[in-house]
Amino acid sequence: MSQIDLSLVDWSRAQFALTAIYHWFFVPLTLGLSFIVAFMHTIYYRTGNKEWESITRFWMKLFGINFAIGVATGIILEFEFGTNWSNYSWFVGDIFGAPLAIEGIMAFFLESTFIAVMFFGWNKVNKKFHMISSWLVAFGSNLSALWILVANAWMQNPVGMKFNPETARNEMQNFWDVLLSPTAVHKFLHTITSSYIVGAVFVIGVSAWYILKGRHIIFARKSILIASIFGLLSSVFVAATGDNSAYDVAQQQPMKLAAMEGLYKGDTNAGLVAIGILAPNKEIKDVENPFIFSIKIPSLLSILAERDVNAFVPGVNDLVYGNKDQGIVPISERMKKGKTSIEHLKKFNEHKKQGNTTEAERSLKIFEDNYKDFGYGYLNKPEDAVPNVPLTFYSFHIMVGLGFFFIVLFIIALYNVATDKLKNKKWLLKLLLWSIPLAYIASELGWIVAEVGRQPWTIQDILPVSISTSHLSTSSVIITFFMFATLFTILLIAEVKIMLSQIKSGPKEL
Amino acid sequence: MTIIKKILNFYIEGFKNQSKSSKRLWVIILIKLFIMFAILKVFFFKDFLKSKNLNEQEKSEYIINNLTKQNNESN
Repeated sequence: MSQIDLSLVDWSRAQFALTAIYHWFFVPLTLGLSFIVAFMHTIYYRTGNKEWESITRFWMKLFGINFAIGVATGIILEFEFGTNWSNYSWFVGDIFGAPLAIEGIMAFFLESTFIAVMFFGWNKVNKKFHMISSWLVAFGSNLSALWILVANAWMQNPVGMKFNPETARNEMQNFWDVLLSPTAVHKFLHTITSSYIVGAVFVIGVSAWYILKGRHIIFARKSILIASIFGLLSSVFVAATGDNSAYDVAQQQPMKLAAMEGLYKGDTNAGLVAIGILAPNKEIKDVENPFIFSIKIPSLLSILAERDVNAFVPGVNDLVYGNKDQGIVPISERMKKGKTSIEHLKKFNEHKKQGNTTEAERSLKIFEDNYKDFGYGYLNKPEDAVPNVPLTFYSFHIMVGLGFFFIVLFIIALYNVATDKLKNKKWLLKLLLWSIPLAYIASELGWIVAEVGRQPWTIQDILPVSISTSHLSTSSVIITFFMFATLFTILLIAEVKIMLSQIKSGPKEL
Repeated sequence: MTIIKKILNFYIEGFKNQSKSSKRLWVIILIKLFIMFAILKVFFFKDFLKSKNLNEQEKSEYIINNLTKQNNESN
């Protein structure tokens, strides 16, 4: 068994997860707050009201702090691709190169150019151009997120590329298939709009603190008004894109959907778990009830997954051991095909070297015929294709629960601020303030569902995580893990400290 | 030429007139970038395949070998 040892794989995964989670502390606020600032700036531009200038300047400053501390933290992930995940990096070929190059250009030209105009442009440039700069920063930030999300979506649904068995790299066949795959579109829309919620909750929470302290009341009310409208619209959109994402997961990654729902035995008219507690000792093959307690909404999972109330939704057991009635092939069969594909990748290259064209072509055909199950050839047993069910299930359900909580929160905030009842409701103000961490938790959980739920795959069905890593020493990965943990923790502390000091100073009266 | 001068002046003035906290942020950004590119990238995150001094063809062979080795041994 030459597979890279599990401790190396696990530490590499832990390191990547750590950097991605830390990176994601900064990104959603940048994406969300940039649009809120642009809206505020537009109101100031249209009204010329000094209060709106003060509001815009204040939130722009907090946006700047978050942007400055978060900028380039994502580059660490690119370092890791080259060092820790070299097999994977080579294998994926152009898919990261092209989008990340576009992202770099976008980020450089749009963000860096117009951020300077946005911050330095007060009373220096034309007011209209200044306001447009705020919008361009918002669009630039969101567009630069597009490319990395497209690359991630390709890993979940690898379309538009073709594997070249001579170079061991994927080559772009159709850029538009990669860019506009349903997975990419839904992922992008769901991710950015959920980030808008983080921005909205942040603005509302900070503003609620001012009201609690009896400071900057008009400023806080106006900020809450804008953020709660923006947050409410975003929440409705997040629910819609979440539904589309779940449908896409059902089509492309049915195992992930089964894990998200704790569904072991597939069913027609499958119910969606509204609330549930998983049985801790549940094993894949046993017939035990997977839940200690659950409340299900009848047939909703069938509708969500197949847009058909009577549709069959496969469970973990159906997907692992197959279900003849539903035409689901067992993973043991796919493992055989995967091994055949891998074997003929090797033979193809050997025949090619020996100049045996006929045999090379024969091996190439067998390789290609079985390529869609290529990754299954690396699994040791069918059960290895199952992700961590409890982590995926709880992450998904807490995220969805918080999503609905935010819809209610935005409605309550909007109603109370519009009717000027907010300042008398301390409990609500405290709730709004303490919802800030909940927004971050929901945002991070979304990534946990997406990434843990697709295990064991780096590229769905094609490349498992265990074969993606470089042959490094485990100790070197452990050392860099703790270096990152230290560096990012310092950055996060710096962010929180500087943010808090600016918030305590408050907006400047103009 | 005057436009370029204007743009340059805009940036120079902008940087000069920054608040104390903005300047502190620049220090954080520069320290962070230094740690990332001059320490982490140079000493801890060398490109694994580049460090093997392989040409493109050899890199492909190395990866194909990695991809097919396990299957070969388990068969």
